[in-house]
Amino acid sequence: MDTIETAAVETDTVRMNMIQAINSALDVMMARDATVTVMGEDVGYFGGVFRATAGLQGKYGKTRVFDTPITEIGIIGVAIGMGAYGLRPVPEIQFADYIYPALDQLVSEAARLRYRSAGEFTAPITVRSPYGGGIFGGQTHSQSPEGIFTHVSGIKTVIPSTPYDAKGLLIAAIEDNDPVLFLEPKRIYNGPFNGYWDRPAENWSKHPGGAVPSGYYRVELGKAQVVRPGEALTILAYGTMVHVCRAVVEEAGVDAEIVDLRTLVPLDIETIEASVKKTGRCMIVHEATRTGGFGAELSALVQERCFYHLEAPIERVTGFDTPYPHSLEWAYFPGPVRIGQALEKIMKDV
Amino acid sequence: MASEHPRANLPPLSLHVPEPRFRPGDPVDFAAVDVPAAGSARRPDTATPAGEFHELAYTLVRVLDDDGQAVGPWDPKLSPDMLRRMLRSMVQLRAFDERMFRAQRQGKTSFYMKALGEEAVAIAAAYALDRDDMCFPSYRQQGLLIARGYPLVEMMNQIYSNSGDKLGGKQLPIMYSAKDFGFFSISGNLTTQYPQAVGWAMASAAQGDTRIAATWCGEGSTAEGDFHSACTFAAVYRAPVVLNVVNNQWAISSFSGFAGAEATTFAARAVGYGIAGLRVDGNDALAVYAATQWAAERARTNQGPTLIEHFTYRAEGHSTSDDPTQYRSAGEPNAWPLGDPVRRLKDHLIAVGEWDEERHAAQDKEVAEEVKAAQKEAEKNGILGHGLHQPLDSLFDGVFEEMPWHLKEQRQQMLDEETASGRPWARK
Repeated sequence: MDTIETAAVETDTVRMNMIQAINSALDVMMARDATVTVMGEDVGYFGGVFRATAGLQGKYGKTRVFDTPITEIGIIGVAIGMGAYGLRPVPEIQFADYIYPALDQLVSEAARLRYRSAGEFTAPITVRSPYGGGIFGGQTHSQSPEGIFTHVSGIKTVIPSTPYDAKGLLIAAIEDNDPVLFLEPKRIYNGPFNGYWDRPAENWSKHPGGAVPSGYYRVELGKAQVVRPGEALTILAYGTMVHVCRAVVEEAGVDAEIVDLRTLVPLDIETIEASVKKTGRCMIVHEATRTGGFGAELSALVQERCFYHLEAPIERVTGFDTPYPHSLEWAYFPGPVRIGQALEKIMKDV
Repeated sequence: MASEHPRANLPPLSLHVPEPRFRPGDPVDFAAVDVPAAGSARRPDTATPAGEFHELAYTLVRVLDDDGQAVGPWDPKLSPDMLRRMLRSMVQLRAFDERMFRAQRQGKTSFYMKALGEEAVAIAAAYALDRDDMCFPSYRQQGLLIARGYPLVEMMNQIYSNSGDKLGGKQLPIMYSAKDFGFFSISGNLTTQYPQAVGWAMASAAQGDTRIAATWCGEGSTAEGDFHSACTFAAVYRAPVVLNVVNNQWAISSFSGFAGAEATTFAARAVGYGIAGLRVDGNDALAVYAATQWAAERARTNQGPTLIEHFTYRAEGHSTSDDPTQYRSAGEPNAWPLGDPVRRLKDHLIAVGEWDEERHAAQDKEVAEEVKAAQKEAEKNGILGHGLHQPLDSLFDGVFEEMPWHLKEQRQQMLDEETASGRPWARK
């Protein structure tokens, strides 16, 4: 009996890329909860332009997984109405660059429904959307709009950086009774991109984050993870940049502590504070444009809370304040060179 | 350069900017408004394909004729009891509006919006729908609450943001929410409720429920993208929803021409989406009832959505912050050819021998007393401007299901500010 049990536990964890992990999270939740409903452009019969919803319509039927008209206002507005009825909708916006038509529904409605109705109505929706650059997506397939949503009270913003986290966080997001924006870094759907675009691509098969339980589990929202413990400085990052930072600090031989935020709102301030107070230095890295980006909020929080522990100015390494370019992608992307220079700068007075 | 251009002989283009017929000071003559005879519109079967509504989208479904008689195929043949209940609700709504408008003028609250002249639109619809159908109203369908028996005191508590306000003083007056009465939380953002209603209806259908949804927006708001998205979704999934457009001719200072009314009707929009479209005399309670009942039956039998344009007139200013004499002729409300919905229903009841002037006058008085008593009751819970009536720290409740650390910190900051200010904001 013991051997059978052991075998069951072992087969329970399988290798997945991030798409498979997201697909698995949706599958697990649809099986557990008959109110979970998946909707969006091309998500039904076709299974999604990134295959995240492949097979779900065949398994759960057209009334639970369905294609929608091409109208982001409608997708989010309808999802809010379904949530008010009592369903748990998981709408997909094909690219985060196309979420703007739905801004009014997200900001004015989903985010405020609980507050304005004193809890009579809620919007337990999870909006999935691929985001981020590094794929030659040009201006409208590369954006990182998280800062727009972290500015909105009433919405949670979640960004995974591994298949394991993607599945566990997505399950937690779907179960959460507040609206969650779940941004998927599409650059690392297939592998943990290290920022060296001219080197061979990696896949998730050897990365520890690619080992994913096939059943139900949660990664709690609002909890960051120290993905690389270190003493020299703290790097705050999320999504693709977690992997880029890791590769850069290891190559540079700097003993950085990398904190993968995972949830931007609500933020795990304790983990951030503990890390910066230990290291005395803080670097913030995101793909999104600099001015008014989420890095500004992080920088302000660290400055307010860790001021007397700081031994150097907080560094922000970000995308430039321009639209995301096509051919100049690797000049724009906050890659190894930009991060490396910031590292040198923040460490120079050690 | 111009002479080399092949179209140099054409006159220059000109931009058409719509202009209402009458501005302040103009004499009003609504003769150009086409009012088809009561009873002249056909009543199709509720299973009629959406493609066969062209003619109904350009006429007016009317039941009450000039003599107060109910005529034609749309006569819902309601019992006198039902007619009297509807009339009473309409009178209640008017009295409530009057009282709250005055309360705002007396400084007891910050804001109010009346539905004067549009009472039939919400009241008759509420009577035609089932009690458990979910309504997604705009801010001018307070009649739904009144018809469904929501306590007037609760409405006033909300308007006063007082200690009895179930929304905790967080919402602007009249942005009610009453889930148990099938009344969805009102938003200040126009037409957002439209796709939400469609989504609610889709969910009901997907769950094999029998309940339907209904939603309302003004004609001005049909210009919002949400309207288009909602109509598309409703048609694509044959959602069991009734989409109401209350065409009261005015969106604040903009006449309906700025929403496209010069070229077509709002009911006609339905035709292009593949939705059944009806255009109804919105000041005729029987026509509104009949059309809503028809649309509800169509939805409930899986025949899909209906768009109803209620042709009416906004007799009052847009809100207590608006002065309509600045942009339209003062003569308009009285000249409106479809008359006053309350008077028309009253005249009908009198014409069929089920009502009289004395009873009506007595009811007016009784309703006025009832509203006044409710107001007295509500004012015991406080009025706006007499200090806060809610616990100060409740400001942070309900942003999320559970309060995250940053809101807890801000809540503490606020409480510290109150202590430091020496101004006890939390107490009267």
